[in-house]
Amino acid sequence: MTGIFSLVSACLFVTMGAVDVAFTEAAVGAGIATLLFLCTLALTSSEESPAVRHSWVSFFVVFLTGTILIYGTIDIPEFGDGTAPVHQHIAERYIETSQVEIGIPNMVTAVLASYRGYDTLGEVTVIFTAGIGVLILLGRGRREKLVKHDSDQVA
Amino acid sequence: MEHHLVLRVIAKLIIPLILLFALYVQFHGDYGPGGGFQAGVIFASGFILYALIYGIENLRKVVPLRFLRILSALGLMLYIGTGITGLLLGGNFLDYNVLGSDPVAGQHLGILLIELGVGITVASVMLMMFYVFAKP
Repeated sequence: MTGIFSLVSACLFVTMGAVDVAFTEAAVGAGIATLLFLCTLALTSSEESPAVRHSWVSFFVVFLTGTILIYGTIDIPEFGDGTAPVHQHIAERYIETSQVEIGIPNMVTAVLASYRGYDTLGEVTVIFTAGIGVLILLGRGRREKLVKHDSDQVA
Repeated sequence: MEHHLVLRVIAKLIIPLILLFALYVQFHGDYGPGGGFQAGVIFASGFILYALIYGIENLRKVVPLRFLRILSALGLMLYIGTGITGLLLGGNFLDYNVLGSDPVAGQHLGILLIELGVGITVASVMLMMFYVFAKP
């Protein structure tokens, strides 16, 4: 279901001219995300395990982060606002000067990699952190199980 | 997966094409659509297709998890390293103008390097996630 939705939205992105986004959507949304969903379904059982003790500290941290993020959205200009800074000068400056300053035909790459270098660095860090998180959450339990399995076999 | 002869043959045919296409997207990202992120995902999906057809144990032999862990950090280091190189050469952090003989060449080199870093990190993290999610 989500895979089909991703594929359709990828086609939509192509028709609207956002080929770079369509690329990502088709590969990640339709391909890998669907596969990970299937893997998760295979990995988990149909019954919920008994609830573990909730930690108030972690709830507080999550609540605080959410509050800060929502507070940050207050400053964002309204959707479709023509007077937002993006529509005033930034987009035009990118379109006009990126060919001279960077000399790369694909403007999306120029904006992502050069003008918005910090953003992309942050994105890569997020992906890296997500990988580490998945490894910590899932990788270690598997190894312990394997070790236990081996010791069982030895015994 | 011993009996799916058609799948095995077709996969053998298209996996090299997928990997080649990923490299094309990676290094042609300056001129056409694409870039590090897309290339990394396509590269990883080629390997994942291999794992789906030939079994994940074979893929683990080809690309060990330890190797992927190093690779994912290496991509990020390449990105940050490019930024710091710009810093050492007298520019700002992530300022590619100083990398080449003239600003445009520097921008080309810088973008190529950081896209490579993005691609390496994304591909290895995607594969890593697939490893730990997939049943052994």
